[in-house]
Amino acid sequence: MTHNTLLGDVDPEIIDTLLTRREAIRRGASTSAMVAAGLAFASVPVALGAFAKDAYAQGALPSAIVDVLNFALTLEYLESTFYDTGVATSGLIPASDMAVFQQIMKHEDAHVAFLKAALGSSAVAKPTFDFTAGGMFPDVFSNYTTFKAVSQAFEDTGVRAYKGQAPNLISSPDILTAALQIHSVEARHAAEVRRLRGLDGWINGTTGNLPAAVNAAVYGPGNPAAQYPAESNTTQGGVDLVGATGMSSDVVSASFDEPLDKATVLAIAGPFIVS
Amino acid sequence: MSDARSSPGSTLVVSGPLTANSRRDFLRVLGLGSAIVLMPSVFGACSDTTGATRSASGAVTIDLTTDIGVLNYAYALEQLEAAFYQACLQSIVTGCTSTELNALLVIGQHEVVHREFLKAALGSAAIPALQVNFSSLDLTKRDTVFQAAKMFEDTGVAAYNGAGKLLHSATYLGLAGKIVSVEARHAATIRDILNPLSMDFAGDDVVNANGLDQAFDPNTVLNLVKPFIVTPISA
Repeated sequence: MTHNTLLGDVDPEIIDTLLTRREAIRRGASTSAMVAAGLAFASVPVALGAFAKDAYAQGALPSAIVDVLNFALTLEYLESTFYDTGVATSGLIPASDMAVFQQIMKHEDAHVAFLKAALGSSAVAKPTFDFTAGGMFPDVFSNYTTFKAVSQAFEDTGVRAYKGQAPNLISSPDILTAALQIHSVEARHAAEVRRLRGLDGWINGTTGNLPAAVNAAVYGPGNPAAQYPAESNTTQGGVDLVGATGMSSDVVSASFDEPLDKATVLAIAGPFIVS
Repeated sequence: MSDARSSPGSTLVVSGPLTANSRRDFLRVLGLGSAIVLMPSVFGACSDTTGATRSASGAVTIDLTTDIGVLNYAYALEQLEAAFYQACLQSIVTGCTSTELNALLVIGQHEVVHREFLKAALGSAAIPALQVNFSSLDLTKRDTVFQAAKMFEDTGVAAYNGAGKLLHSATYLGLAGKIVSVEARHAATIRDILNPLSMDFAGDDVVNANGLDQAFDPNTVLNLVKPFIVTPISA
């Protein structure tokens, strides 16, 4: 791996933002360099933080990459703030389900910290959010049913958003890998929240059981539709897979998740972002 | 010139283009069933367009420096996963609810779709059907079946996450991206079945302190799944 020189330069501050103290101790770390080494199996994120600082010394991350990471950061701020608020709202999430949302919250908070470290001074600030979406979900933090629905919308949209941006990261292998590693975690979240709502963890057709307009946006096509088809899509790489496999369209469509373009994602997230 | 050194039962390391002499060694070691490590540069001189070769003894080697090779790597894993769920269906798994059995059925169907998609996409460049062996697993018991499924799905996620950066084509990266999130949904589903409403769906054993899922390099993945693949395979 080529991270060795970067690991040696990792700033302790970055380690602190990336690791909880308990995690550092669990890994047997005693110096910042050893902590970095202890992250070897996840050395990419440490290197990213160092990469950002090192890159600034040399001339910064490419602006196209910065744009992708800030787009991701914006969505992670959205999710992180949503779960921070929901988990802290007394009486909202039943005790039976709390472990699930605490784990999701922990990850979204970590994603925010990770992306901010990678972006350094290029990181966008946290927006102000309205999780009622201008009154579309007035009881989002007083009605668990509504909270779960919005959660599912965020998670399934997040998966599609990361998926849509992956090709834009192809020139930066380490950042691409980190994005893929976040993307699959969002998919785990999405599956779990769907299951809490009585659905399959995967997306059969455009099934989401969300309010009609939201469902259509979250599971429908992006723009252009040919590149960003609806979740009900059954043709991949030019191959009609229903014809090729004999499986149902639900099974075939669920076997692949579809990307969404940035503009469509921002249109979905927009009503929740005040400024 | 190549560097090819071998002795019976040893690991043959070939780090340059194959010459006539090293090719003989290569084939001899294959015949003896020794492990072969092929450095990426080996295929530079071969004008290989498929990203995979098959020896007379049936061993499959995959060139991960090519997109076709990476897709064949994915195809190998999907073959394995599909075969696993097929084996589960053919077994009589005790202790499962009908919902849980249905999950195994549907997940297995998704893996078949993945397998068939990759096979169709690869066409004549596809590696052959791999011989698999699940006899080390007791597929009559719910716990064994779901623990194994968890391992296969988590490994699949880590494999795709680790292979993304190997792809040169944005199109192929997009296709791999479409599959990996479904494997993650599978993994979360299996884990939730094993320990409902816990944090295990995205547990700390697979998601690190930065909120990142695992990403494994192909050698790590192949070592994890080799116990279940009879056909010799290396990359």
